[in-house]
Amino acid sequence: MEALTLLLHGFAVLLTWKILAMMMIGLVLGIFVGVLPGLGGPNGVAILLPLTFTMDPTTAIVMLSCIYWGALFGGAITSILFNIPGEAWSVATTFDGYPMAQQGKAAEALTAAFTSSFIGSLVAVLLITFLAPRIASFALRFGPPEFFAVYLLTFCSFVGLGREAKHKTVISMVVGLLLAAVGMDTVSGQLRMTFGFDPLLRGVNFLVAVIGLFGISEILLTMEERLALRGHAAAISLRVVLKVWREMPRYWVTLLRSSVIGCWLGITPGGAIAASFMGYNMAKRFSKDPASFGKGRIEGVFAPETAAHASGTAALLPMLALGIPGSGTAAILLGGLMVWGLNPGPLLFVEHKDFVWGLIASMYLGNVVGLVIVLTTVPIFASVLRIPFAAVAPMIIVSCAIGAYAIQNAMFDVWLMLLFGVVGYVFKKIGIPLAPFTLALVLGNRSEDAFRLAMIGAGGDLRVFWSNGLVGSITTLAFTLLFWPLIGRMFESAGRLLRPGRS
Amino acid sequence: MPGAPMAKTATPESEIEIVVDDPTAPAENSPAVTTAHTVEIVVYALLLALALLLAFDNWRSGMGWAKDGPQSGYLPFYLCVILAGACLFGLGVAFRQRTMAATTFVTRDQLLRVMQVFVPTFLFCVLVQWLGLYVASFLLVAGFMRLIGRIALWKSLLTSLLFTLIMFSTFELAFDVIMPKGPLEAAFGR
Repeated sequence: MEALTLLLHGFAVLLTWKILAMMMIGLVLGIFVGVLPGLGGPNGVAILLPLTFTMDPTTAIVMLSCIYWGALFGGAITSILFNIPGEAWSVATTFDGYPMAQQGKAAEALTAAFTSSFIGSLVAVLLITFLAPRIASFALRFGPPEFFAVYLLTFCSFVGLGREAKHKTVISMVVGLLLAAVGMDTVSGQLRMTFGFDPLLRGVNFLVAVIGLFGISEILLTMEERLALRGHAAAISLRVVLKVWREMPRYWVTLLRSSVIGCWLGITPGGAIAASFMGYNMAKRFSKDPASFGKGRIEGVFAPETAAHASGTAALLPMLALGIPGSGTAAILLGGLMVWGLNPGPLLFVEHKDFVWGLIASMYLGNVVGLVIVLTTVPIFASVLRIPFAAVAPMIIVSCAIGAYAIQNAMFDVWLMLLFGVVGYVFKKIGIPLAPFTLALVLGNRSEDAFRLAMIGAGGDLRVFWSNGLVGSITTLAFTLLFWPLIGRMFESAGRLLRPGRS
Repeated sequence: MPGAPMAKTATPESEIEIVVDDPTAPAENSPAVTTAHTVEIVVYALLLALALLLAFDNWRSGMGWAKDGPQSGYLPFYLCVILAGACLFGLGVAFRQRTMAATTFVTRDQLLRVMQVFVPTFLFCVLVQWLGLYVASFLLVAGFMRLIGRIALWKSLLTSLLFTLIMFSTFELAFDVIMPKGPLEAAFGR
């Protein structure tokens, strides 16, 4: 197997003291931001991104992805011990995790959560290892029309399949695309939407927007809430770990089902939130004793955690293979790749083998090391919550400002970050989703370039998007997904007309 | 002491109890400042204005179709059209739902707490330009802990000093990330 050889090569890239040390630092920082109120995966990665600017890309991405794994692990600690889901996808974990903690089985619940996250990620990483190189080598044949069709598919599926009100998704996405177009037009060199204002010449930086939208706005939202909490933190003994692991094989169907749900929803833009709820509900529906869910059943911890982490990891697959992030955090990692001068997409597998396989290998190693760290250090990280928020909040704000400034050494970006903080706060409170905005901002220029290159190649003929079977079917699929809610309704009413007796 | 540790009861089996209190938490019955409904309408109206403004700029820079494809204003112009359409649709939906029970956007207590963070952050950004990032961040952390968190003065100053020194040594010394600097750094010749 070629993938295995390359994976071994990836491990060889990783095994230097410097990278291993950065990995540990990343994991610890990640768990830290996962536990702290008002911080989580995407914010943590965005805020800590500037730390990596002077590193080489491989070290940097390994550290960043480890921050992400750490944050995922850390989220489970607060959900189970304090009934505070750090992230939306941890909500389902609290359903059975917190009751378990109240019954004095916190250690079991934590072990179950950590182990199932590990299994979920592992399944997704295996998928990435064997599937991503194939998709990438297939995508090497893509020209600009095919790439534009894939971008279109991503945007359309967000609108068509998203759970939020359609016009809110459209607004969020279009604002992102418009902001991406601000500044110098890459094809003609003309200035667009700058209104003669010099700092806008470079455009709106994606990372500055992300730090504002996720970092600053999250601090504002956290302050609104009651910050009191109460709970017990217990060290996890080896005996408990082994007991849970012995019980685990009994739930293999649940684990497998949740992994599949997670991988599928991670690759398509369904996201980890949908995955965790779906994993939980499916486990409940197929259980012999559905009434026991919500009262501290260990299966109710396994199911959502596995699905959420499989999804969070699988979201990196389209990012690596096609340059299209499957989640907000993947979009931020993608933004990082561009800062280090790497061009995300299928060529990455050819031109930067060390980088790609180092990253994939780090997913394996990071998850194993992360599992060991969280299992041994839960009480330490739980006591992080004792730090008053009045001390944490200004430190996060300073880190955000450092991050925003460091990207282009511009004070204007710090102001922009503050503006995006307010925008993110308002958008979140009136239900305008931020994920489509993030995706549009990071993909905006690339999709426009693809569109215009396709047009130049075809002499301005729009039929190029149906010129061969491949591009034609992707474009058609994109429009089908865009109008999916309408099409679905049409099918429903047609079905009702045909069988009037049944309804 | 809002958000500060209250008790450290050691219980058997290496279990630790973590209790954090929040006496200045926003009251449940605090009056609403505005409803989500109103804010939604304001946001749509603002975005509509933005769409019109940007559409005008793109129309000026050429939104037509040249021989070899779109001109540079083409895609953004039609994005503005879509944005304007979505905003009008949102306004329509919002006005139709006027009779529905309005959900609170923010209560007075909540707004007060949000402002407690936002105003210092704003001042911090202003100060960075004159004093440099590190001095400004020392002032922000110490000031915030002392004035808003009401944490003991010596704790606030010590934490803030340590934090700023760690930041300085990480970014300035270890990773060579350039930050805005002010008179204090200049006095030390950096």
